[in-house]
Amino acid sequence: MDFITIDSQSVPIEGEKNILSIIRKAGIDLPTFCYHSELSIYGACRMCVVEDDRGRVFASCSEQPRKGMVIKTNSSKIQKYRKLIMELLLSSHCRDCTTCHKNGICELQKLAYKVGVDAVRFTNNKETLPLDTSSPSIVRDPNKCILCGDCVRTCDEVQGVGALDFAFRGSEMQVMPAFNKPLAETNCVGCGQCRVVCPTGAITIKKDEERVWEALDDPNTRVVAQIAPAVRVAIGDSFGIPKGTNSMGKLVGALRRMGFDKVYDTTFGADLTVYEESKELVERIQNNEKLPLFTSCCPGWVKFCENKFPELTDHISTCRSPQGMFSALLKDYYRTQDEKEGVDMKTFVVSIMPCTAKKGEAIRDDYKTDGVQDTDASITTAEAARMIRRAAIKFEDIEEEAVDMPFGIVSGGGVIFGVTGGVTEAVLRKISYDKDHNHKALGEIKFSGIRGIEGVKETSIMLGDREVKIAVVHGLGNASKLIEEIKAGKRNYDFVEVMACKRGCVMGGGQPVPAGPRTKQMRMKGLYSVDTASQVRTSNENPLVRLVYDDMINGREHKLLHTR
Amino acid sequence: MLDQSYYEKADQIIGNYGRQQSALIPIIQEIQNEYRYLPPELLTYVAKELKINEAKAYSVATFYENFSFDPKGKYIIKVCDGTACHVRKSIPILDFLYKELNLSKEKNTSDDMLFTVETVSCLGACGLAPVLTVNDKVYPAMNPEKAGELLKELRGEA
Repeated sequence: MDFITIDSQSVPIEGEKNILSIIRKAGIDLPTFCYHSELSIYGACRMCVVEDDRGRVFASCSEQPRKGMVIKTNSSKIQKYRKLIMELLLSSHCRDCTTCHKNGICELQKLAYKVGVDAVRFTNNKETLPLDTSSPSIVRDPNKCILCGDCVRTCDEVQGVGALDFAFRGSEMQVMPAFNKPLAETNCVGCGQCRVVCPTGAITIKKDEERVWEALDDPNTRVVAQIAPAVRVAIGDSFGIPKGTNSMGKLVGALRRMGFDKVYDTTFGADLTVYEESKELVERIQNNEKLPLFTSCCPGWVKFCENKFPELTDHISTCRSPQGMFSALLKDYYRTQDEKEGVDMKTFVVSIMPCTAKKGEAIRDDYKTDGVQDTDASITTAEAARMIRRAAIKFEDIEEEAVDMPFGIVSGGGVIFGVTGGVTEAVLRKISYDKDHNHKALGEIKFSGIRGIEGVKETSIMLGDREVKIAVVHGLGNASKLIEEIKAGKRNYDFVEVMACKRGCVMGGGQPVPAGPRTKQMRMKGLYSVDTASQVRTSNENPLVRLVYDDMINGREHKLLHTR
Repeated sequence: MLDQSYYEKADQIIGNYGRQQSALIPIIQEIQNEYRYLPPELLTYVAKELKINEAKAYSVATFYENFSFDPKGKYIIKVCDGTACHVRKSIPILDFLYKELNLSKEKNTSDDMLFTVETVSCLGACGLAPVLTVNDKVYPAMNPEKAGELLKELRGEA
């Protein structure tokens, strides 16, 4: 085995492509902004500079390890350079830290502290540029951009969207959409993955908190919350709770203290989705039309398909997403209830989502019932955490509470909607249950190859004597490649689950940041544990779903639960 | 909206380069040669035809000083401001042209669409300094007076 020397430590080269990985393996956490293991190497931020025994200084992320190299990561020369580089990054950065939405969770702030910058000697001579607030999902503040290119590479390489890129040159360089168009006029799908990787406040979530506070303040408004599956394993991040812990009970308690009248679980909407989507799948297979059927739970994916593959929009399930179904149902339920009891009250539905694209979904025309918006405000996990903080609630000490009836029982299958493969797993549980009229071993479905983090996963089940071919894909870049292959006839499926974000909603654009590899893993694990611990694992075992169909929906599925 | 003929021309140029993504720069150069500027609509069109993200194509087009999204004048006057030309007094020539044509660094095309005045870093003709070019024709050993005569000559031609 070959070795290199890092600060007098001998470290083996075990297939690492760059020196930075070996340095980190050796226990030295060199600071970086532009290095992400899932993205290509760019070498822009220069924070990872090191020195070799000949006094050569270079960026360790973009240098191949060679046998016998002697690397110094902390010589006084390197410390001086690193400080200077940080100073230069800070010099053209808008340093309004106290009012920045990234205050306290900002990578730039954190690394400036780590590197030990005590003064910035250079003045910022850049003109102040306007913010782009056109998108319902994210806000772009070019004054806070440090040009690390993380958003550019994520949008292009991972998501295959490419709405952002560098423009101009040298000191005039900026990150922007083509012709500096407002994001709302580009092919941006609002997935928010750029915001997840952005180390500064240059890309942040479009906030909808104020409207929620106003509704909470109004005595004539009934404020109802629904909490998406993936939120429960991430919100604890903002309050120092171990990664991946299920904090659903605490969140329910916190929302009640903030004044929410009723709190529900979006998983109930997911259970309805399982019903509607499996019915649609079976129908399409019987009629052999518009196959493969694409899932419709993910608004980033739906918009991506509309932009890039408009000819395939017919293949997307007509089901509304769990958010959409549940909001429509809640609005309808309270309207009927109020009419019966002669109560004059407004109902304001707030959805708490791991997702920035859900904000865009909430205002879509096909997510309105009789022209009325069903989800009044869609806020992200990160915004919910901010609201709890503003209300000065000690989240970590709060007692766990249960969600409200009559939608208070949810299935484990619905909970795993928040992770890639979950929708498919829940649908498979339902279909195989229907078919055999006995509960086919859940384990068999679990190990059928739909779990895990490979970009594209495949499985198949028998429906009668017909083999149903299924693909699960996450990350829009992967989805795009898969669809090109389907169009070229190289692959053939009946059902394709698409999640815009890699790993699914647990790593959605609205989740707390930063989230490293361990956090990602723990969030997935967390959701699977919630499923395993549920009494009800399959949507059709949920006794309340049947009641809702009989008492509330009454054959109005297409009005309340579908886009058309 | 651009006239259909623009898109046909773009199609023809794209065809000449075999729809190669790597030919983005020569394609937009040729379009710019044709129209003396790069119509933004055509950049978007070329990007779409080559399956390059529009933002990426914009990134390339803004990286190079040479590409212009604004229509240029009939005569593009490039004043060389490389080291040799600069020390042999190219700036007075540039100032003269700006004053005479009522232009500036920001507004570099005259309202009658006759002249565009730009600077270039070096034309590689240092022996002839200070030098300027009009639509690629080289005028050596210039000074403000000669530039004035040149303008008159060009105006007479027009």
